[in-house]
Amino acid sequence: MYVAVKGGEAAIANAHRLLADRRRGDRSLPSITIEQVVEQLGLAVDRVMAEASLYDRALAALAVRQARGDMIEAIFILRAYRTTLPRFGYSEPVDTARMKVERRVSATYKDLPGGQLLGPTFDYTHRLLDPSLIGEDAVDEPALKEPGEHVMRVSDILDGEGLIEGDGQMPEGHVMGDLTREPMEFPMARDLRLQALARGDEGFLLALAYSTQRGYGRTHPFVGEVRIGEVEVELELPELGFAVSLGTVRVTECQMVNQFKGSAKQPPQFTRGYGLVFGQSERKAMSMSLVDRSLRTDEFDEDIVAPAQDQEFVISHADNVQATGFVEHLKLPHYVDFQAELDLVRRMRREYEPAQPGGKNVMKEAAE
Amino acid sequence: MNDLANYNFAYLDEQTKRMIRRAILKAIAIPGYQVPFASREMPMPYGWGTGGVQVTASILGPSDVLKVIDQGADDTTNAVSIRAFFQKVANVAVTTRTADATIIQTRHRIPEEKLGEGQTLVYQVPIPEPLRFLEPRETETRKMHALEEYGLMHVKLYEDIARNGHIATTYAYPVKVEGRYVMDPSPTPKFDNPKMHMSEALQLFGAGREKRIYAVPPYTEVVSLDFEDHPFEVQKFDRPCALCGAENVYLDEVVLDDKGGRMFVCSDTDHCEDRRAHGHAGAMLAPAAKESQEAAE
Amino acid sequence: MSTQSQIYGGAFAEPVFEAQAVFRTLMDCFARPGTIGRLSTAASPPPPLGEASGAVALTLCDHDTPVWLSPALSKSAAPKWIAFHTGAAVTDTKNEARFAFFEKGAAVPGFDQFGLGSQEYPDRSTTLVVEVEALEGGQPLIGRGPGIKNGIVIAPKGLPDVFLDLWTANRAIFPRGIDLVVTSGETVLCLPRTTKLERE
Repeated sequence: MYVAVKGGEAAIANAHRLLADRRRGDRSLPSITIEQVVEQLGLAVDRVMAEASLYDRALAALAVRQARGDMIEAIFILRAYRTTLPRFGYSEPVDTARMKVERRVSATYKDLPGGQLLGPTFDYTHRLLDPSLIGEDAVDEPALKEPGEHVMRVSDILDGEGLIEGDGQMPEGHVMGDLTREPMEFPMARDLRLQALARGDEGFLLALAYSTQRGYGRTHPFVGEVRIGEVEVELELPELGFAVSLGTVRVTECQMVNQFKGSAKQPPQFTRGYGLVFGQSERKAMSMSLVDRSLRTDEFDEDIVAPAQDQEFVISHADNVQATGFVEHLKLPHYVDFQAELDLVRRMRREYEPAQPGGKNVMKEAAE
Repeated sequence: MNDLANYNFAYLDEQTKRMIRRAILKAIAIPGYQVPFASREMPMPYGWGTGGVQVTASILGPSDVLKVIDQGADDTTNAVSIRAFFQKVANVAVTTRTADATIIQTRHRIPEEKLGEGQTLVYQVPIPEPLRFLEPRETETRKMHALEEYGLMHVKLYEDIARNGHIATTYAYPVKVEGRYVMDPSPTPKFDNPKMHMSEALQLFGAGREKRIYAVPPYTEVVSLDFEDHPFEVQKFDRPCALCGAENVYLDEVVLDDKGGRMFVCSDTDHCEDRRAHGHAGAMLAPAAKESQEAAE
Repeated sequence: MSTQSQIYGGAFAEPVFEAQAVFRTLMDCFARPGTIGRLSTAASPPPPLGEASGAVALTLCDHDTPVWLSPALSKSAAPKWIAFHTGAAVTDTKNEARFAFFEKGAAVPGFDQFGLGSQEYPDRSTTLVVEVEALEGGQPLIGRGPGIKNGIVIAPKGLPDVFLDLWTANRAIFPRGIDLVVTSGETVLCLPRTTKLERE
């Protein structure tokens, strides 16, 4: 005899309690503060801000802590908060030429105005575990150049000679789209594609970018420049008739310089892929710029032969909040549909078995 | 920020609701056509009912009575979670009784009880495009819908018959709405397809991740695709519900032990409870339950 | 009433709940074409924009929906009222408008001058909101189609004489076409493009 099990609500409440317990961990240890996450896990905070499309360190740090360090979960929490915020207006495009750079490297020139500025990079660290970090972490004060220096962009150097395409003007009369406010439609213009890539999953874009390097849609890339620093965000107020500064955000920009032979209509010049992300993430900005370039097949009459060139494929699958939701939804109950499949397979087996020598019924009757 | 009371009624901001409401009206005006909408991030994962939740949040008012089911049951965890969400953000009255609900949000089932004129059924849809698995590109499937070019779907169903002797689609079985659009009924078992045809209730479909809303108005033709020599037919269960004795309802298989013992019970838990409350009993209804019912009568 | 108060007043007192109530009536009326819905929480827009028409504007229009207004409405305080309360921009281009409003007795141009949507995106079409003298008492028409059980008789009074021809032409280009909200005072009657109309 059988009595159905109930109690979904209690089960959920208990699961939440246990989750909170596991998040807190050993109570004899102090709990981490949001300030500590902001200060000491800054790159995790940056990634969450970038892929959640919300620039707020404290909220991103809260999300990281709440998600127990699960990045996609933290991104998801921050996105869900972002979507409830009122939209006051659209800022002016940030001017990265006026960035207060902390890091700036170019692979295309040995030296250039403003110089190569390494900044806070892992690049030349030896990846040896550092036991001194196990305890208190006494660190020397950094040697810093005067902050606030504006340095010339490599793209402007090449542009001076007319050797590189311009800053990617959209066609006349094009109204800048907003990926978070309009339904997606393909083919998608570059403004919307860049928005999608900027909030796209770092791992997914990294893999796609890598695939172009290995020959799946090769673009012959050179890092014109990677720069990291603070840029000013300005909003034009119709009442005032000019833009006012809202503050600064830290961003990473990558200008990828790519080969292009030119055409009958255009002299030979380099093309570009562009990457811009909140916070410090060269991996993401570089991947984004590679994928941006590889998606520009229409503009350069390139055949789509590789996944990284296929915008519907790339854009539809770049969002990790969507992807994780749909992959993980498979653990929700599907027993109604499974029952329908079971029924069909059993029926087909019944039709199949009698034709086989020694066939027997696979389905036992319920033990009543 | 941690206080949900700071969110708007039914969570969504008014601008979002307006956008979704406009999409719903267009969806009703073009039955079976998928209206693109700017789906928002919701505080539950994509694939877990965000489309249905956005539709419900946009139509819901203070006088509504909401029922949420998943797999036909009110007490599955995700149904519990979505119901609790609307209780929290809209303070809405909830019920498990199909007849009492004005809005029913569902995943994978249509209630057994016939729905009436005052009711709206909101489906959670994972993949709204019925042609998706034949042609993954939206740019292509949109053209096919525009040209009413559905040959590919018939070819697929026919290949099933050729290979298996059956149409091997058992759920999310495609339908044609009002003789024009081929539509995905969401992953309900095809057992439920006939309930969509000329239903008295309004049926709304929300796909959050895929950003589509579509609708079937009341009294609208919904025909499951088939062939003259292979007419559409639904699953038939060869026994009644073990708890309430209902026949011609959709049953869940429950595995009882590791010796092959199993029983079949109503997937629609409200329907089953209601029948038991009215004295119907199946072969395996626990005697205690039987007694308490008798005592109550 | 001064023009100023006409423009800044007359919106919903409780926007969240009134918009929801108006929308639900519209949704039910589109789902059941020909039935007459009463908007219990009508707005008081500046004349000649009617109460129900104004409530439709407050409920469905915003920055994302260019609105076209009949000549008489354009000359009234209605454009400013709509702009102030909804943020919707008024457009002169009929086929760009997502909504078009007509006061009682206004001449209604051919429906095909408005946005009809495309074969790929038939939803991108204009919804016309037309106020008439009354929703009953006019020439009876039988409506059939989705949402209608066995045919429903409608008889709005004050529709243009050519209405049936315009509507029949609109029905013929399905899935493209306009959708129609007919209003009178506080009441509405909705005709989605799927409804077939014939003289009784």
